[in-house]
Amino acid sequence: MSITVRIPTQLRSLTSGAGEVTVEASDVRGAIDALEAAHPGMEARLLDEQGTLRRFVNVFVADEDVRFLDGLGTPLTDGTTVSIVPAVAGG
Amino acid sequence: MDFVLGLRCRECARSYPAEALHVCEFCFGPLEVAYDQEALHATVTRERIEAGPPNMWRYADLLPVSPDSPVDLGAGFTPLIRADRLADELGLGEVWVKDDTRNPTGSFKDRVVAVALTKARELGFKIAACASTGNLANSVAAHAARAGMESFVFVPHDLEAVKLLTTAVFGGHLIAVDGSYDDVNRLCAELTSEFPSWAFVNVNVRPYYAEGSKTLAFEVAEQLGWQLPDHVVVPIASGSQLTKIDKGFRELVSLGLVDDAEVRISGAQAEGCSPVATAFAEGSDHVRPVKPSTIAKSLAIGNPADGFYALEVVRRTGGSIGAVTDDEIVAGIQLLARTEGIFAETAGGVTIATLAKLAASGVVRSDERVVVYVTGNGLKTVEALEGRIGPSATIPPTLEAVASLIDADGNARKENR
Repeated sequence: MSITVRIPTQLRSLTSGAGEVTVEASDVRGAIDALEAAHPGMEARLLDEQGTLRRFVNVFVADEDVRFLDGLGTPLTDGTTVSIVPAVAGG
Repeated sequence: MDFVLGLRCRECARSYPAEALHVCEFCFGPLEVAYDQEALHATVTRERIEAGPPNMWRYADLLPVSPDSPVDLGAGFTPLIRADRLADELGLGEVWVKDDTRNPTGSFKDRVVAVALTKARELGFKIAACASTGNLANSVAAHAARAGMESFVFVPHDLEAVKLLTTAVFGGHLIAVDGSYDDVNRLCAELTSEFPSWAFVNVNVRPYYAEGSKTLAFEVAEQLGWQLPDHVVVPIASGSQLTKIDKGFRELVSLGLVDDAEVRISGAQAEGCSPVATAFAEGSDHVRPVKPSTIAKSLAIGNPADGFYALEVVRRTGGSIGAVTDDEIVAGIQLLARTEGIFAETAGGVTIATLAKLAASGVVRSDERVVVYVTGNGLKTVEALEGRIGPSATIPPTLEAVASLIDADGNARKENR
């Protein structure tokens, strides 16, 4: 499955400045694995030691927060956009 | 000049320059302003503050901007009103209302926006932007107009009509988004990466913006004669205001401007959007996001950025967090209006209703000096009252008609009260 991942400014040093990258994955965890393979260092920025999403990282699949879906197990379909967004914003 | 050393990650303490940055590149933790504490200690005194202007800029030394050319509509130094009639109704002793409905655009947001746009202008930004539940929209549009900046204000499409009109009137770009506030917030957080020339007051300049809320604590302490209250009740949307009120009180203590004392800080949420109250009740430090459904739209943030820190403050200070229904919110608006002559928006109804609940359960005590923060003007959310209140009677213009309502002593007949 070809997935578009939107990368926030804070992680673009790992993607040579790219704001959008394409990975092959069938769920969110797989997308993070693929990101790590292509852009080493990504996983440690997104996941904590327990392998769960860091407190201050939000991940959206087709604009829905994965915490309302199946978390890292949220399935992805071909052409889906995944957004990584810093949680600390707004209010 | 200001006393800012730079920005520092609240989680991992990495340092950053005082630029338009809001989260740590390494752990995504929030960046906070770091001040030169020694220089502040040597400079700031009660007398210096008291000699300042009658607005929030009297605390300029403790804000992360140079006070020389603020973006200013006169925010702050709003009245602190002794509320004996409200206290009597709730069985409390000493209650004060911090009446922040009296700001230039009718909410506390003028404090944070004044700081954010002053800093944005210092940094060379020409465009102001924000994600808003309404009050911030009003304030950003107004302050941007005052500063001669262009503005892009993003709001959920189903906001109160008044909040849309009172934003649009300032002539900026008002973008209604087909989604909830949390959708708008996510969109704006992403836009920040794509439009680095925009100063999103509550995204990329959020560290400065949030500091503005400290003035809510500074003013209360000064207005109480440089004393801390025992207990404050604060509404929670993102949780930023509550955490900054705590920070404001602690800064006054550390600068020696007030005697040290613990201020209990309690939070107020609507039941239809109570992720922080729920985590508090469950003893959890994980704030699970929710899909809001409440008339308190200005507090309708289902995924609060500072929820975690707000919980921490409430627990550390021995406060509590209450949640109230839509009916209780309206009753809270009416209670404050009826007892003190102050007309609050729905968020104020949440705060007053929560105060009532916490008083009834003994969390807020009658031996405490209590301050309740009422942070938005009721004229912004009149929809909440429609169909619930109105004229006592509709009559023809005749003496007889009035006589049917009023007894011979000039009092309203009981059945018409």
